[in-house]
Amino acid sequence: MADTGVVETLLQRIEKVDGGADSQEVAASLGVDHQVIVGAVKSLQTLGDVISAELRSSKHWELTEEGTEIAEQGSHEARVFNSIPLEGLPQAELMKLSFGKIGFSKAMSNKWIRVDKSHDGGPRIFRTVESIHDQVREKLLLAKRGDAARLDEKEKNELKKRKLLAEVTVKSYWITKGNSFSTTVTKQETERTRRPFKPYNFEAMGVAPDCGHLHPLMKVRTQFRQIFLEMGFSEMPTNNFIESSFWNFDSLFQPQQHPARDQHDTFFLSDPSLAHHFPMDYLERVKKVHSEGGYGSQGYKYDWKMEEAQKNILRTHTTAVSARMLYKLAQQEKFTPVKYFSIDRVFRNETLDATHLAEFHQIEGVVADYGLTLGDLMGVLHQFFTKLGITKLRFKPAYNPYTEPSMEVFSYHEGLKKWVEVGNSGVFRPEMLLPMGLPEDVSVIAWGLSLERPTMIKYGINNIRELVGHKVNLQMVYDSPICRLDS
Amino acid sequence: MPTVGVKRDFLFKALGRTYTDEEFDELCFEFGLELDEITSEREIISKEQGDSKASEASDVILYKIDVPANRYDLLCLEGLVRGLQVFKNKLEAPRYRRLSPDSGESQRLIITKETAAVRPHAVAAVLRNITFTQERYDSFIELQEKLHQNICRKRSLVAIGTHDLDTISGPFTYTAKAPGDICFRPLNQTKEYTATQLMSLYKTDSHLRHYLPIIEDKPVYPVIYDSNGIVLSMPPIINGDHSKISLKTKNVFIECTATDLTKAKIVLDMIVTMFSEYCAQPFTVEQAEVVYPDGKTCIYPELAYRKEKLSGEFINKKVGIRESTERIAQLLTRMCLLSQPTGVGDEIEVEIPPTRPDVIHACDIMEDAAIAYGFNNITRTTPRTYTVANQFPLNKLTELLRQDLAAAGFTEALNFALCSQEDIADKLGKKISETRAIHISNPKTAEFQVARTTLLPGLLKTIAANRKMPLPLKLFEISDVVLKDESKDVGARNSRRFCAIYYNKTPGFEVIHGLLDRTMQLLEVKAARGEGYHIQAADDSTFFPGRCAEIFVRGTSVGRLGVLHPDVIGRFELTMPCSALEMDLEPFLGHTAEILLTHDVPMQETFKHPFPALSQSQPALPSRLPSTKTVLGDLSSHAGLKALNDFLADRSYIEGFTVSQADAAVFDAIPSPPSQAFCHLRRWYSHIKSFHTERARFPSARSQFVLPPTPPASPNNNSEDDIDLFGSDDDEESSEAARIREQRLSEYAAKKSKKPALVAKSSILLDVKPWDDETDMAKMEECVRSVAMEGLLWGQSKLVPVGYGIKKLQIGCVVEDDKVGTDLLEEAITGFEEYVQSVDVAAFNKI
Repeated sequence: MADTGVVETLLQRIEKVDGGADSQEVAASLGVDHQVIVGAVKSLQTLGDVISAELRSSKHWELTEEGTEIAEQGSHEARVFNSIPLEGLPQAELMKLSFGKIGFSKAMSNKWIRVDKSHDGGPRIFRTVESIHDQVREKLLLAKRGDAARLDEKEKNELKKRKLLAEVTVKSYWITKGNSFSTTVTKQETERTRRPFKPYNFEAMGVAPDCGHLHPLMKVRTQFRQIFLEMGFSEMPTNNFIESSFWNFDSLFQPQQHPARDQHDTFFLSDPSLAHHFPMDYLERVKKVHSEGGYGSQGYKYDWKMEEAQKNILRTHTTAVSARMLYKLAQQEKFTPVKYFSIDRVFRNETLDATHLAEFHQIEGVVADYGLTLGDLMGVLHQFFTKLGITKLRFKPAYNPYTEPSMEVFSYHEGLKKWVEVGNSGVFRPEMLLPMGLPEDVSVIAWGLSLERPTMIKYGINNIRELVGHKVNLQMVYDSPICRLDS
Repeated sequence: MPTVGVKRDFLFKALGRTYTDEEFDELCFEFGLELDEITSEREIISKEQGDSKASEASDVILYKIDVPANRYDLLCLEGLVRGLQVFKNKLEAPRYRRLSPDSGESQRLIITKETAAVRPHAVAAVLRNITFTQERYDSFIELQEKLHQNICRKRSLVAIGTHDLDTISGPFTYTAKAPGDICFRPLNQTKEYTATQLMSLYKTDSHLRHYLPIIEDKPVYPVIYDSNGIVLSMPPIINGDHSKISLKTKNVFIECTATDLTKAKIVLDMIVTMFSEYCAQPFTVEQAEVVYPDGKTCIYPELAYRKEKLSGEFINKKVGIRESTERIAQLLTRMCLLSQPTGVGDEIEVEIPPTRPDVIHACDIMEDAAIAYGFNNITRTTPRTYTVANQFPLNKLTELLRQDLAAAGFTEALNFALCSQEDIADKLGKKISETRAIHISNPKTAEFQVARTTLLPGLLKTIAANRKMPLPLKLFEISDVVLKDESKDVGARNSRRFCAIYYNKTPGFEVIHGLLDRTMQLLEVKAARGEGYHIQAADDSTFFPGRCAEIFVRGTSVGRLGVLHPDVIGRFELTMPCSALEMDLEPFLGHTAEILLTHDVPMQETFKHPFPALSQSQPALPSRLPSTKTVLGDLSSHAGLKALNDFLADRSYIEGFTVSQADAAVFDAIPSPPSQAFCHLRRWYSHIKSFHTERARFPSARSQFVLPPTPPASPNNNSEDDIDLFGSDDDEESSEAARIREQRLSEYAAKKSKKPALVAKSSILLDVKPWDDETDMAKMEECVRSVAMEGLLWGQSKLVPVGYGIKKLQIGCVVEDDKVGTDLLEEAITGFEEYVQSVDVAAFNKI
């Protein structure tokens, strides 16, 4: 609440003038800060139609700190000129002056002074003209008097560029009498004492609570975890970013010359560069199925190299962990059906753009049981995506080295009015499963998608760097709503 | 995924009808292609080089079509059209034939032994009387380029050269020479160069320079000459200009040189099958002979048609459909896999043409049937797989803790696992050698040099990027860092960390300390020395001297907290004081840290599975059906037979209402004809016995069956599966086969009786502690491993530091519960008094 004194003084002022008064002028004449008058105006507005105030803004030119100094003492170049006596001045001495450096170059370009570099005792500066005309100072004085209008645009811009002049926008209220104008506010005050509460401004926002926030991508991750758990899927231990090429590629029947194993797509390690322990019985079977075939397969018929399998990499998919888990499952004495999932980071040495980073989160689901069909895979996907609020699905045949059949999952996007790819899926190849030791009539179906893409769609983010990594906008994190994927 | 560009109108003409863009998109989708873009040459040029350059380019509509990476037969217009026409039932897949030339004399390519040092393989073929048009010629060149980029792995595995046969004369010699000794006029050049000159000439060629490294460092370069010494090509870099093909070329000599012979054969097959269409005698290819240094001669192209037999039921079961055998054969034929029912049960014979090298297993055939059926016509079903969900304990802890840390007023950040060396070392006032960081060998920028070893730099960078936000900034992150760890198979492991940071005008150590107290409260650790947690002063160059403390939980250090050193703050471009906390979370897992829940896999297989392999020579036992094993038990015992008898009381067959392999398998498992007491069993036994050798043709039960490429010649080397559907042509069981079967049955029965139905086993992890730091741990381990008992199998071990330089031996083992007890084990190990102070069971799990 503004000071009652100011409120009354303001009302008296307004009563005296016809038409109205400008809040800036009132502040100036009363010798108080403009904000105080603004406060008084706001407080009067709440009392009803005592006054009416109209927000205005005006622009004018004002001298900057440097500009004021020049208006008082002359431009840097003029001061340089003035400080040079007839017999000249050593350059080093001039440079010691506060205005020396800037003034010197300006004075030189104005051809007011010259440098004699061959002078005894170092370069010396001499005047070249008798007297000078300090235009900069004159222009600034003009502006200081409020006559900036007399300068043309070019001159003003020149001064603005030199940071001597600045354009200032002033906001003020134009205050006029209201219908129930009165110079006293006593009446309202007695009313207020009877009615203890001033009406609240329900249009205003409340005070933000002091709290922490969860990251939006992690909120979405929590929801995906929840969905998998609801569907009876167990979480795989994916806390191993470093993987050997053997588990990441070879065990998945991905041949050693596959483009994905190229330096351009995968991060290799220089330290520790190789993995040393493998289940050797299994490794021999993998080697055989790649190079010679077996298990009903022709194989790839190439020279499988141990050195290639040993190479350590940053895993390119969490399917490497699925392979480990399925191998472990096969080592059980008796096969039991399993449903596995994981959501964790994977790494690709790819070209980066607005939607691609070198690391992202992969969501993966795996079901292993006797006699699973392609129809079962589609059914599971249908249930999974229904939980995400996606019901219209269709499937496109695709290619993947370790699944056969492979299907890309498309969903109908109501906004874009077209089918968009939402994930990849397939049935793991027998060449991958049988060497592990899984029973022949066990099928393993699997699917995967990225966590970032649905999150970016959900939270309307276009550049992935605004979501993941240190360049995140914390305001976005603070403001992000809770995540319900199905709504 | 390769993209093929075809002219729309040309494509429609070849397809014999026009489509709207939507219709064509739909057709592609169904077939597993993707109509990626509809564009024109003009549009492409204007996009890449600006409108001014584009004005003269053609505006014929182009379709850019994405083709699956393993379908080399769809990489050109000819192949696409053929594939789609057959798919739409408008065309029968052509039959590709290899002919000897009219003259009787095949073209010969002689490989010299020098090539072994650089590029040892070559194949060749001739397309006779071909008619090129501009379109066909362009497509021919484009296909070679696509093959080079895909299956040829940028010419490193295979390089293709095509030549006008009328300009050269055979026999051709494929040899390798020193670069200075090779001299010829390369394609589209006006003068001759030596190979050495060529390599420097092409250094700046935007297209060819990528191929130079393939042979650059080799002492000799591969080269092909004709009988007059004319250079055909210097693979994999460039062809000679002399033999280049043109629109007028009638006879094309094709050579492929390679480091991978399998791929070279595929590439040659692709080119000739795609373009023999334009020969005077369509779809025929003239053979060429390739003579190897050892004198061996091979005829190319192979153009091999392979036959596979599989059951309709297999496809129905894998896809989840119910189609007749005839209909499945039709579906496969539409995918260029000519198929027909053999008339024996639901058997289908599938012929895999040379254009489909991607078909290497029955599952590939099954996929093609599913595509032809239409993925989206398959009924979506729900599997009845019953499982109970478990969370990964570490993730569960993380999830719960994150919620409460946010409630404590801290905001979650999410930073990259990869960063620069500087971030984790120099900027924190540490040396990179001290960090135990893993290093990446091929980072494209400094941002991907290492995996982070601490979460702190990420949080500091997040604050630096958000300096405009109101103070204080309170952030946390729970995530994995990566550390080198010799004990892991890959030499590194993740470590789950919790890091929090407070950034304000004052250092706020008390805020971070308060967060530690709260965290410990959440983790149920009391503030106390010994069994609880406490902090004590520590020195750390990241922190301000005297403002850093180490966090101890139950006597073990888990992390640090303190006020950051001003230099560290400055290096992250921050200006205000900052306090931070970072600690390991894994020590708080408690009893949930089960050994079974890790990605570590057993390095030695304790349980031996029967692994069928093609070359397996000794006869394998019949693979058992899980249902019979579980339902009926051991059929060599009286109890097992009784169970089977009861089972058959109201059934005719083991599975369903028809005879199947399930019956055959159970039949084989019964050692001798059952006694009169089992009337139901006897009835069934005589019935099954009456089938004799027809048993081999029973429909499969639950397994998939594909013939090995060559059917076994005699029953002696019967392959892996006893359930040999189509292998045996014998009309009656020979005495030899009967003898082997008897032998197998007795072996099986013997094995069966030895093996109890289910052996209860446990996996135990033991901590073996030595007397002092001078105990010889290697010797101790040797002693421990010398303990041998029946039903005991030692596993992996490692040394774990205990403190004061003392290490304990952590060793795993698998025991059969009935035979080995932990007391027994402990007693045996503590027997080595000289080394062992004590033995504890660290973990005990049932398997």
